[in-house]
Amino acid sequence: MTITEQNIDHRLFDILEKVSDPEIPVLSIMDMGVVRSALIVNDIVKIEITPTYSGCPAMDVIGDDIKSALKDVGYISEVDLILHPAWTTDWITPRGRKALEDYGIAAPLDAQADKDVLLNDKRIVKCTNCGSQNTRLVSQFGSTACKAQFQCDECQEPFDYFKCLK
Amino acid sequence: MKNENLYNYILGIADNSLILGQRLGELCGHGPSLETDIACTNISLDLFGQVRSYFQYAAKIAGDQRTEDDIAMLRKEREYKNVLLVEQPNTDFAYTLGRQFLFDVYHLSFLSELQKSTDLTLSAIANKCIKEVSYHERFSSDWVKRLGDGTDESKSKMQSAINDLWTYTDELFHQTEADKAMVEIGVGVDVTMLKDTYYKNVSDLLLESTLEVPDSKYFQKGGKEGIHTEHLGYLLSDLQYMQRTYPNMEW
Repeated sequence: MTITEQNIDHRLFDILEKVSDPEIPVLSIMDMGVVRSALIVNDIVKIEITPTYSGCPAMDVIGDDIKSALKDVGYISEVDLILHPAWTTDWITPRGRKALEDYGIAAPLDAQADKDVLLNDKRIVKCTNCGSQNTRLVSQFGSTACKAQFQCDECQEPFDYFKCLK
Repeated sequence: MKNENLYNYILGIADNSLILGQRLGELCGHGPSLETDIACTNISLDLFGQVRSYFQYAAKIAGDQRTEDDIAMLRKEREYKNVLLVEQPNTDFAYTLGRQFLFDVYHLSFLSELQKSTDLTLSAIANKCIKEVSYHERFSSDWVKRLGDGTDESKSKMQSAINDLWTYTDELFHQTEADKAMVEIGVGVDVTMLKDTYYKNVSDLLLESTLEVPDSKYFQKGGKEGIHTEHLGYLLSDLQYMQRTYPNMEW
């Protein structure tokens, strides 16, 4: 039950690649790691996606966007939401992490470092604007459930940090 | 219904998150600062998301026309199975965070056990939720410490919130008939086993926050059996307003 590999039909890859997270438009759902399987069974595309956070309002929109992207190229599809195995920030691809950083959201640190910055005021999150690590936590919860608010004490830029979920 | 105990068991878990989520949602636009406002509503959103997973499963178990929305919106007060703690009002910020802390410590240990459930849907939901709830617990513990070990004013407010809410903590470890039946077949969590660790963890943090651990042995219970405090009715009239006024409305 601990299969973490994605199972994506190669014919669907490019189509799904173009669907993005509505709250982080620079990030493709493929780089986000939310698509767990995409298979063509008897001419119907069956997709399984997993939520980042249980209450993430983006999931309904992502499901609809997938269906309409596939419809545009002539596929009928079914999208199922699965909970197991639970999504982790480890599934964000290196390209996805870079896209986050370029967009102004600091990518998640590993679990221990994440604890250090959120609980022990450790200054290690890199500012997405100037790259300084002289940054501090403003709030453990940010503009969406998956992010915390930070501010850089070098350039004063406020920015989001994508929390580690493991 | 064939699986009535399982259905009731799921509702018992989900109603805690639903009612607490609604309470926190009341703070939307009314939090003491922008950051805490956003934090409380984010936690609320997590809880509502979790509730959806539970209610979707419960609707499947019920196997009739009922949907997750019917279960959330169309029950009567006596049919809600949440503990009394989560329905207590947001009297002030210390109450809000005190309530959150007293529930989060329980919630975290409960989910940790539920991950071992022989019911694969419940264990998958628990596995998902525990990651979110560990952030909730960090947030609420942090605030109890900050207020407890803060000014005289914040300390006295935090202490009085803990003293008042303490009376609702014992109910968390009370077993219903559905609980017992589910524990027996390895689906449910035996909450009586969580009690000692709970009071130890809570007491440790209160002491670290320079607060006193209440020594009252008088506890209130009843929520799990549908006997609620007066506060729940008002909460439900808000929660259910749209569905009661415009039945079957959607957007």
